[in-house]
Amino acid sequence: MSTAPLLQVNDLKKHFPIHGGFFGGVTAKVYAVDGISFDIAKGETLSLVGESGCGKSTVGKALLRLFPLTDGQVILGGTRIDDMPSSTLRPMRRRMQVVFQDPFSSLNPRMRVRDILAEPIRNFGLSNSSADLEARLVALMDKVRLPKDAINRWPHEFSGGQRQRIGIARALAGEPDLIICDEAVSALDVSVKAQIVNLLQDLQKELGLAMLFISHDLAIVEHMTHRVAVMYLGKIVEVAPRRSLFGAPKHPYTEALLSAVPQPTPGIQRQRVILKGDVPSPINPPKGCRFHTRCPYAFDRCRVEEPVLRPIADAMGEGHVSACHLHDRSAAENPLSGAKGAALLAVG
Amino acid sequence: MALLEVDALQTHFRTPDGINRAVDGVSFHVNAGETLAIVGESGCGKSVTAMSILRLIPEPPGKIAGAIRFNGKNLLEATDKEMRAIRGNEISMIFQEPMTSLNPVLTVGRQIGETLRLHQGLSAQAAEDRAVEMLNLVGIPEAKRRVREYPHQLSGGMRQRVMIAIALACNPKLLIADEPTTALDVTIQAQILDLMRDLKHRVGAAIVLITHDLGVVAEVAERVVVMYAGKKVEEAPVHALFNRPRHPYTQGLLGSVPKLGSSLTGEATRLAEIPGLVPSLKQKIPGCVFASRCPHATDLCTAIAPALEEKAPGHVAACHYALREGALAA
Repeated sequence: MSTAPLLQVNDLKKHFPIHGGFFGGVTAKVYAVDGISFDIAKGETLSLVGESGCGKSTVGKALLRLFPLTDGQVILGGTRIDDMPSSTLRPMRRRMQVVFQDPFSSLNPRMRVRDILAEPIRNFGLSNSSADLEARLVALMDKVRLPKDAINRWPHEFSGGQRQRIGIARALAGEPDLIICDEAVSALDVSVKAQIVNLLQDLQKELGLAMLFISHDLAIVEHMTHRVAVMYLGKIVEVAPRRSLFGAPKHPYTEALLSAVPQPTPGIQRQRVILKGDVPSPINPPKGCRFHTRCPYAFDRCRVEEPVLRPIADAMGEGHVSACHLHDRSAAENPLSGAKGAALLAVG
Repeated sequence: MALLEVDALQTHFRTPDGINRAVDGVSFHVNAGETLAIVGESGCGKSVTAMSILRLIPEPPGKIAGAIRFNGKNLLEATDKEMRAIRGNEISMIFQEPMTSLNPVLTVGRQIGETLRLHQGLSAQAAEDRAVEMLNLVGIPEAKRRVREYPHQLSGGMRQRVMIAIALACNPKLLIADEPTTALDVTIQAQILDLMRDLKHRVGAAIVLITHDLGVVAEVAERVVVMYAGKKVEEAPVHALFNRPRHPYTQGLLGSVPKLGSSLTGEATRLAEIPGLVPSLKQKIPGCVFASRCPHATDLCTAIAPALEEKAPGHVAACHYALREGALAA
């Protein structure tokens, strides 16, 4: 890519200490995010997928600096923000906003919609007159397709989907470049989910927003993303443009994840890879490849040597990287070399 | 005769601001060994239906009317003692939250053994042996050791396996699974669905699966009941429902779910929306419950509630405009 990405993340780490013992010292660490790198271009949607506990939400919170990082760099629009003191970080926060999962607990029940939306505008000094503020509020309500007269109501007067619209309007109030959606549609009902997904897509087109879409719902991700990063136990195991990832996954974990999603088509024939066992604990992640304890193709090397992300040749497009020792094998020996995606998903 | 027959079930709740008609005249049946799925969005009454079958609704404030015939016996007329003999024995239930539905202070062996000792009068030792067998059956490794562990020592997927073991311990004829995989990760969900399919063949129990996930329905169900605002709006064999949904709500529901692989086949880039919201269950709706959100609604729909009509063999829908078999496709 010739132009610099909007957001660049290098070797991000976040370890949480576990206190215990007689003196309350640090007895262990949770390796929630353990060295991940990615970037997001202006106007692009990157999705972060993985199962619970893989560290995807921690990545979102770390980018927002909701807690200090253990290690790594976060560069937003050419400026490093991970080591910024909070006074200089404050204006930068405007450029990166968040929409949370739970539309019920993420809005202050004692603030009217008007105040919820006006707070970021005032905080970042975006408006200098009350007439301008009013115009901005009306425009925000319009953007998220809520009636203007709803602005004087309280959060409890709205349904889940409407509250999520308010949450999105609040994120847009600061005129951000990047919105982090942390499972923003997961708590919603099917029909309402479709409304919010459509709204997010429209807004992205309208405003040229970049999005980091954190989700475990692969069908929704495929529907609305440009690129996908798959996480497992604090590491990114595969990054690829949407069509390459869903059409020809290169990592055994991605393959298993895709094949596990129940498809709303009865009676289809598909190849199923059912993983055995559970995700290991991030307190004591397995040595070597973190996925080797559940991987159906693991061999000796996987148990000792950790694979690194590297570019994989892909007929469906560029920018496909994956971390697996199988990529060193010849195509004939590699169970994942063929385009199996279509068979996994049972599409023609 | 069907194993379970639910006839005009009404479960209403008295609340300070009116009567909440959570389930309002729902009828369906389950044959022995069959898997029936009940789908719908939150608040449509699917869980209340399940709880009503086992009479787990507190009365008052709840009130159950209609008939629930299990093996020909109306459960609504059964005494508490008779109900206790049926629960966990002939009809058992798996709940959504494996974290909260197990007792944290009892070993899983005790919890599996409890139903066995109660219903089959097994001794403590025999119950524990059988609990080990059940844990093996649901695929928990090292069952001998695990049987003495507490729920907090198990992962979410394992706890759900324990729940299934408890539910199946007495070889029930009917298993009601209320969102059994909703709280689980997708790879664990695949394990549990696989297990349920496998056990169904081995144990031969009929399953009522309650879910909002159409993917899960397509994978396990044989017949599907679609509920909306406390009413059954459509019922069909699974293939017919997914291939030719007749009710506009079902059509909307299917259209609003993206399919995996959509980027490869180049399907529509916009999801179908169902506009608006589910109506409040506290007001009596004179016409069709879906009329306020339906793209095809007319004056007839808001005035007169459509009856459930057979549109094709085994395929019923409650819509004035849904086409019957033989008529031209809409």
